[in-house]
Amino acid sequence: MVLFSAVAMRAEEEIHNIQNIFEPTSTPAEGILEIAWVVLTICAGIFVVVAGLMVYAIIRFRAKKDDDGSEPAQVYGSNQIEMAWTVIPLLIVLVLVFVTARKTITIQNMPFPEGTLEVNIIGHQWWWEVEYPQYGFITANEIHIPVSEGDIKRPTIINLESADVIHSFWVPKLGGKRDVVPNYPNQIWYEPDETGIYLGNCAEFCGTQHANMQIRVVVQTPEDFEAWLKNQQTPPREDASVATGRRMFESLACISCHAIGEKGANNGFGPDLTHLMSRQTIGAGVADTNYDDIHQWLKDPDSLKPGCYMPDMKLTDDQLKHLTEYLLTLH
Amino acid sequence: METPDSIQLEAVKRSKGLEWLMTVDHKRLGVMYICSGLFFFVVAGIMASLIRIQLAVPQNDFLPPDTFNRMFTMHGTSMVFLVGMPIIAGMANFLVPLMVGTRDMALPRLNAFGFWIFLFGGCLLYYSYIGGPGLYGAGSAPDVGWFAYAPLTSKAFSRGHTVDYWALSLILTGIGSLATAANIIVTVFCLRCKGMTMFRLPLFVWMMLVTAFLMVLALPPLSAAQIMLLLDRFLGAGFFDTQEGGSAVIWQHFFWIFGHPEVYILIMPGFAVASEVIPVFSRKPIFGYPVMVAASIMITFISLGVWAHHMFTVGMTSVANVFFATSTLLIAIPTGIKIFNWLGTMWGGKIRFATPMLFCMGFLFQFLASGLTGVMLAIVPFDWQLSDSYFVVAHFHYVLVGGLLFTIFAAIYYWYPKVTGRMLSEKIGKMHFWIFVLGFNMTFGVQHILGILGMPRRIYTYDTDRGWDLWNMISSIGVIFQGIAILLFIYNILSSLRKGKEAGPDPWDAWTLEWATSSPPPSYNFAKLPEVKSRRPLWDEKHPDDPDWRHE
Repeated sequence: MVLFSAVAMRAEEEIHNIQNIFEPTSTPAEGILEIAWVVLTICAGIFVVVAGLMVYAIIRFRAKKDDDGSEPAQVYGSNQIEMAWTVIPLLIVLVLVFVTARKTITIQNMPFPEGTLEVNIIGHQWWWEVEYPQYGFITANEIHIPVSEGDIKRPTIINLESADVIHSFWVPKLGGKRDVVPNYPNQIWYEPDETGIYLGNCAEFCGTQHANMQIRVVVQTPEDFEAWLKNQQTPPREDASVATGRRMFESLACISCHAIGEKGANNGFGPDLTHLMSRQTIGAGVADTNYDDIHQWLKDPDSLKPGCYMPDMKLTDDQLKHLTEYLLTLH
Repeated sequence: METPDSIQLEAVKRSKGLEWLMTVDHKRLGVMYICSGLFFFVVAGIMASLIRIQLAVPQNDFLPPDTFNRMFTMHGTSMVFLVGMPIIAGMANFLVPLMVGTRDMALPRLNAFGFWIFLFGGCLLYYSYIGGPGLYGAGSAPDVGWFAYAPLTSKAFSRGHTVDYWALSLILTGIGSLATAANIIVTVFCLRCKGMTMFRLPLFVWMMLVTAFLMVLALPPLSAAQIMLLLDRFLGAGFFDTQEGGSAVIWQHFFWIFGHPEVYILIMPGFAVASEVIPVFSRKPIFGYPVMVAASIMITFISLGVWAHHMFTVGMTSVANVFFATSTLLIAIPTGIKIFNWLGTMWGGKIRFATPMLFCMGFLFQFLASGLTGVMLAIVPFDWQLSDSYFVVAHFHYVLVGGLLFTIFAAIYYWYPKVTGRMLSEKIGKMHFWIFVLGFNMTFGVQHILGILGMPRRIYTYDTDRGWDLWNMISSIGVIFQGIAILLFIYNILSSLRKGKEAGPDPWDAWTLEWATSSPPPSYNFAKLPEVKSRRPLWDEKHPDDPDWRHE
């Protein structure tokens, strides 16, 4: 029964694989889309008019086959016309500046009530450390936040810091991106109105495995989110059947980079593994949390994520088996 | 006849090759600049093709990640510094003295120095591939992106000497560009022929002049930043090292204070070419010359104050964000004026669609599209979604390929007869144009969609289920067409050198001074320095009944 409920902690929401910015599901992303439509309409209008004039000029004024070779009327310019095509664009620009300023300020300077959920994200080469400071636990690569229900808005503030180089945090359907800069704290916020799993990726080039620095944001109903929080706050279960694997985790070098519960390095060098199996992927999105993938990861991390900082520990088959089995119990 | 040229040849008998090596003639240096630019264009183009092969299908393992990262770094760095800049310098070198009616650049030896130090810088950049020590003693090329953001470039995250090669070689090519820029400025201000007032300069010269000023203002911040980076790497200075209290964001400010004007350094010469070609092939003078000049100067000024629009996601205050959005949007006005004035030039003309004009038409449409996506990117919140996505990749390739490269092709088809004395094949030229238009729009058009679907830049691989497969495949197939077009172009250049139709001094029936001398021009350019009365001296000569100076 305990096992069953623990397995259920793993999010079962639908995965939104296609991150079309024109299908936002969170307040800031919807705000961005609003202004995007204004700009797109204006730009498309300008394109149609100007390109139309060009096409017309090209067809209408091309030299005819039976042309007599005389030169056309030499026109040097016209003050009125040039004034018109200076002033009209200026007016359009003023409109754009106005709507931009309004939207930028609303999104960027949004006030939040006391006690709003905060998540601290720390970018690493090439994974995301995720901390819930109000609840006192740390996880990795997968961020759970509650969905808003009707008039009850549940915003989440995401605080961004980097442990090494510049990264950029981007989940297109939930909101724009914000850079994750060392020694330069940043903030972004979400207020999702649809449950589901949203994908994102680091958007600022950050070295070898920039491509595989994926993000999963799991938007859940408040009940599911509470249950997830509760699970994350419980200490890892000590399963007697995997005692060998647990001992190996502590005696081999694993523990100098990874923490499981109170044990191990809480230095943030490698992802915290306490509730590893409550997540869907390992290696920031490169593989699944199943036996084969975890086994392969331990055996040769480079085969899944070339250049990553998890070393090949040259484990024996026996060690691989025990360690994998142990990790699989970390629900 | 005793010309200065033949006297010199009598005195020193030099072999042909040695003559090119030792030349200080602006035309030869111009040709050498353009040829080296085209060489690096082929190299960087091959890299682009390899990048597109890797991205054609999801989960591809054609290139390992580090190799891919080196490829896009070297592709970007080469295209900007070793292709765009030298070809522009080459065009300016060849044409400016001819167009202002003088015998050479003001500082011919500095000119030669500029070329050779540029070429040395370019070779040094590529030497990184073999020159050690890279990470494990072997050589390796820079892999930090052409923007080289700190602190990825610090010793801690980029060991070996790859970043040092990047910084040193670009400092050198930068010196070359400054030499060219200084030369253009002095030549235009001091060596104009009799009657050539500033307001009778061909627009090409005007735009090269403002470009030269931009170079002088924008390149030193880059060199300064690169020197600071080297101080960080070799002496632990800590400018950009956040552990030492330095700032990673400062690098971005330095880089884009250079990097944004650089975009205009690259596109303004494109405008320059269009402003010469469109009037001649429409058979009308440029519409609104004074406004065109004013717009160029305005672009120069505003472009120096917009750099932080590359940094909307960095986390500046909303006030700063809105300020830079406003200045960026303002640039749309003078740029729009230019497009409208080219349109006004065509209006009521008798347009001849020779290859140079075709490329200018491609430029007009594609540059219009890139200008409008640029407006979208200036809208701060929209940029929060689009920046560093494939939408941006599409946008700036529309500027630099759809804008600059198309006009470079136009320029080569237009002035090749002047440089070599022979015409390029119009038939191959038209094939080149249509295949390239197809391939270019196929490759980069769909990348707008990839950005909207959330594909970030600079990733070497992606998963199958993200909805990116089809668009990436189409994008990569487009490269095949671009490749075929470039091969046709190269064949055209080489074969026309011997077999091309004789051009004569003025094959396009044009109006500016370079067409007043023979093709190719003698080393002293003009037997007698010309004297002009209007913006179109050759028009005056051909139409004594209705000369231009009556309308000025």
